[in-house]
Amino acid sequence: MPDAPSAVEMRGIVKRFPGVLANDRVDFDLRQGEVHALLGENGAGKSTLMNVLAGMYKPEEGTIVVEGKTVHFGSPRDAIAAGLGMIHQHFMLVPSQTVTENILLGLDKPRFVMNLPEFDKQILALQEQYGLHVAPKAKIWQLSVGEQQRVEILKMLYRGAKVLIMDEPTAVLTPQEVDELFVTLRSMVDRGHSIVFISHKLDEVRAIAHCVTVLRHGQVTAARVPAKGATKAQLAQLMVGREVVFTVQKKPANPGGLVLSVESICAENDRGLPALRDFSIQVHAGEIVGIAGVAGNGQSELAQAITGLRRTTCGQVLINGENLANKTPGMAIKRHVAHVPEDRTGVGSSPGLSLADNLIMKSYRESPISRGWVLNRPVIRQQANQLKTAYDIAAPTIEVQARLLSGGNLQKAILAREMSAGPKLIVAVQPTRGLDVGAIEAVQRVLLRERENGTAILLISEELEEIMTLADRIVGIYEGQNMGELSAGEATLTEIGLMMAGTRRGASTAQG
Amino acid sequence: MINWILILQAGVATGTVLLFATIGELLAERSGVLNLGIEGMMLIGAMIAYRTAVTTGNAWLGVLTGMLAGGALSLLHALVCVSFQADQVVSGLAVNFLGVGLSLVLGEGLSKAGAIALLPVVTVPVLSSIPFLGPILFTNQSVLVYIGYLLVPAVWFYIGRTRPGLHLRAVGEYPAAADALGINVYRLRYLYVFAGGLLAGLAGATISLAVSPGWFSELTTGGQGWIAVGLVIFAQWDPWRAMGGAYMFGALRRLILDLQAPKLLLGLANPFFYMPQLGFFLKMLPYALVIVILFIGSREAMKKRIGAPAALGLPYVRGERGL
Amino acid sequence: MAVGAPVSKGFQFPYSIRTERRLTVPGWLPAATSVGALVVAFIIGGIVIQIAGGEPVKSYQHIFKAAFGDVGVFNDTLVRATPLILVGLACALAFRMRLWNIGAEGQFFLGAWGASAVLLIPLLPPTTPRIILIGAMMLAGFACGAMWGFVPGYLKAKFNVNEVVTTLMMNYIAIYWVQFWVFTSWSEGGFQMTPQFPRPAWLPRLSDYAKLIPGFGGMTLHLGILFGLAAAVVVWFIINRSRWGYEIRLIGDNKRAAYYAGIDIVRNTVLVMMVSGGLAGLAGMSEVTGMVHRLQEAISPGYGFTGVIIAWLAKLNPFAVVLVSILFGGLIQAGREIQPSGVPRMLQGIILFCVIASDVLLRYRVRIVRRA
Repeated sequence: MPDAPSAVEMRGIVKRFPGVLANDRVDFDLRQGEVHALLGENGAGKSTLMNVLAGMYKPEEGTIVVEGKTVHFGSPRDAIAAGLGMIHQHFMLVPSQTVTENILLGLDKPRFVMNLPEFDKQILALQEQYGLHVAPKAKIWQLSVGEQQRVEILKMLYRGAKVLIMDEPTAVLTPQEVDELFVTLRSMVDRGHSIVFISHKLDEVRAIAHCVTVLRHGQVTAARVPAKGATKAQLAQLMVGREVVFTVQKKPANPGGLVLSVESICAENDRGLPALRDFSIQVHAGEIVGIAGVAGNGQSELAQAITGLRRTTCGQVLINGENLANKTPGMAIKRHVAHVPEDRTGVGSSPGLSLADNLIMKSYRESPISRGWVLNRPVIRQQANQLKTAYDIAAPTIEVQARLLSGGNLQKAILAREMSAGPKLIVAVQPTRGLDVGAIEAVQRVLLRERENGTAILLISEELEEIMTLADRIVGIYEGQNMGELSAGEATLTEIGLMMAGTRRGASTAQG
Repeated sequence: MINWILILQAGVATGTVLLFATIGELLAERSGVLNLGIEGMMLIGAMIAYRTAVTTGNAWLGVLTGMLAGGALSLLHALVCVSFQADQVVSGLAVNFLGVGLSLVLGEGLSKAGAIALLPVVTVPVLSSIPFLGPILFTNQSVLVYIGYLLVPAVWFYIGRTRPGLHLRAVGEYPAAADALGINVYRLRYLYVFAGGLLAGLAGATISLAVSPGWFSELTTGGQGWIAVGLVIFAQWDPWRAMGGAYMFGALRRLILDLQAPKLLLGLANPFFYMPQLGFFLKMLPYALVIVILFIGSREAMKKRIGAPAALGLPYVRGERGL
Repeated sequence: MAVGAPVSKGFQFPYSIRTERRLTVPGWLPAATSVGALVVAFIIGGIVIQIAGGEPVKSYQHIFKAAFGDVGVFNDTLVRATPLILVGLACALAFRMRLWNIGAEGQFFLGAWGASAVLLIPLLPPTTPRIILIGAMMLAGFACGAMWGFVPGYLKAKFNVNEVVTTLMMNYIAIYWVQFWVFTSWSEGGFQMTPQFPRPAWLPRLSDYAKLIPGFGGMTLHLGILFGLAAAVVVWFIINRSRWGYEIRLIGDNKRAAYYAGIDIVRNTVLVMMVSGGLAGLAGMSEVTGMVHRLQEAISPGYGFTGVIIAWLAKLNPFAVVLVSILFGGLIQAGREIQPSGVPRMLQGIILFCVIASDVLLRYRVRIVRRA
């Protein structure tokens, strides 16, 4: 679409945060009726740039032109009024309110009294138009992630958005749901909408986008590259700045004795609804078992049940033969279960404490870190410095507050802490989420090294490529149940996708 | 002989004080801001209201200035919590001390109990004839009590059925969503904290101009501001439950005062008359009861998995760069 | 509807003021903001005094003289500071774990009651050797305060009941409890106080040694100050050097991470509330046996609330608590003669408010930027 009229032009955008230049004189050119992918690693500045466009941030310098007119956005309201709607990576929906209420939020109509049934009808009509169905009276917390995304899209369409900005929309979808989303996007483009598609997933970008703009470290390395012709290698190089190798060196599997045996456990989630139903899985020493599933199907609860952070209502969690189900997290730690949690800052670290204090979180009870009741500071300092060097954690000193570490360095610190305790079982949940390529490689290297040392590893990840690369066996999870198992050799994206979407392995072949 | 009708009637009047304070706090908390300074705002509202009424002879002016005094103090709290993002608990305490201290200093020399122009006391013609409820609710009650009756359904309707109410709820539950859609989270929080302050000031004015006219320094409020904080939790942030709790406590306070007077209680010798030292335990009762209802409220919240507005107590900062 | 092109605004001031989040906090800044807040608070207090018809400069001069003017008044200031140090430490310890113990007042009362109970029930015969008597009273004071802290602590730990409200309610209950005893069973001749404690039950004071050192004549500074100083050292050590202190700091910074690390949050919550209550109880004991020598209704002029302010102004540092307590001791000492009488209370409120407002400077810095 090179000759289509311009929908949005961003020129010379500069955006700074304390300590980092997020956007460095970035130009972005969106034409009408196209799907334009914005590609870059985590931390490259894509979300920042689009947040500027959506009116959430004010740029230090630069101009924005919408349909030929220069605009200044004082707030998200102005951007929406100009026809730009952003669908964030973490949905901006109020969980306790209904679909309709969320869609109406922030609007001037209804003026005072809300007549919800009328708006319910309006929204149903809108849904018909675009083929996006979701019950207007449902409360957000009751909806699946895919349905919530539909609400976000409807929210913007209801406001007359002509340009939709989608930030990593496929992170939370099964492969099938991704296909459905792409169908929706194509039909919207046919109706004249323009779409900005932020992603770091090269296959998807090539599948859906007309053209690609690549950001690296806040700067544009390539603009409006036609998507059809580009190869994965080319795009990856533009993203990272060097040649990216897509395969990882992995020694053949040599599994040892049984370390973890989860036997038919049941567990509830925070809302009291069943999250795990009779789930079983086994992990041996020296192997990586990957769990593939869309967020919200029980993975988090599984990791928590194994590490003592969540109650189980039936079944057993046997670690080296001992049932640790419903025991305290302290027990799991004592039995050498390492846990790299999903939530780095909310659970895995203490932002206000120093790096050194974070590194002793699991080991502070034993000597030599503590002598009786007293902490042994010199030993703590020494060990912290050793770990800092060994894991290449970039921080000025070990006394710096953990909140100042970048995502990658914080994750390295968490890994350092967990690995240095000499674990027998590692439960790693989304270990590379939000990290740049360098950090991702580092994390994966650590996991493979542990695998070679004979540690049993349970890897839970939403990045299917990562699971296919690292895991020896792949188990699908759907609605809290084990959907079957594939070995690394025989797994394909389609097969895994089927398991994630609820088709039990073996059922599809029976249907032929 | 205990006159239950009179006790309940006085209880409604006393309860109105708690009602205003509780509803005010409910609004502030619904928007996500915890305001622990109610006691101080009530006290300064009471003092200013009384002083104005004594000086000008106009009780309504007293009510107005009392409300504004409470509101002004609450703006300080809003400034520190919303704009400066300080910890809301400590800020509330600071504002509380400030309010108490200021009202003691500025209330120096104020006449203790006075014959001043009180607010009109009204008996509603038809409604006061309803058996049992009539004499309690609609007879010889100050105008402020009737305002209380109207306030609760109005607030309930506002929060649940209007667009501004929708915005209020969103700001308290998930301010990021509201912000992304152009709702000014900061402005709304200021607004509702201010509303809470106005109502706290009104509660204070109700004490010094209607329920127990006069200025008795700290004894004027006697901890009712704190009881209001507890009541909001007990009410699970619902105006109707707040009303029930407020009147119940009002009746209890009244009952405690009257329990020690008669020689006979329910036909038996009244222990509180013959052993006046037991009176101290009676005085402890409202405070112990608050602990009990907090306990009940927390258990309920745990069971039903409902609870405080999700963003309560957390300062909102747009665009925090997470790790 | 796109917003139009920017209109020329004519002359613009070439600099603009921006606030941005701080990454690191220079070591001197917390102390500087506390001191700055104090200065601002005194200025504001002066303005209010002016409005209320007083004379600010004279008032402040008077306060300074009445608090630090000579050795005699300084002695009195330290006596006033003694309970404050312990209460300030009580609050600082609890706040480290983000446990808002506003009940130091009630715990103080219970500690005073407990110490008195040893003498007045009596739990020990009056002929008990002094050292045992005082030891028992210390124990009773600490234990009663700890018990008073246990209830809100347990409710919070097990049922997540808001500790601000429960500790506050316990304050009122404690006051009525003490009133009950003071007005009835222990009352001296119908007055609202107990009989004076026998001499052996008094904490030793400097004037006891006036024969040895003439300069000590008339100095009422008593053993309680040593309790306070020792407690400051112990609390500092616990928080910064001990395993338990690490757990407290971790829970206070990120409760979920503490749970993930296997720390028993329930146990720690209850324990910290008990120690905090115990310290406040000890303050009560020290006041009642060292200073007043009887239990009376008005044993505390709001020490518990002052403790909150002290802890916050000292930024939860135990040694700073000692310094700030001396300052506030001076304020209370001087406040006994100040008109209007609500001034010290008002000043405390203003100080706390200024400290909180100044805390913003720890999170953000103000920069003056040249406009492009």
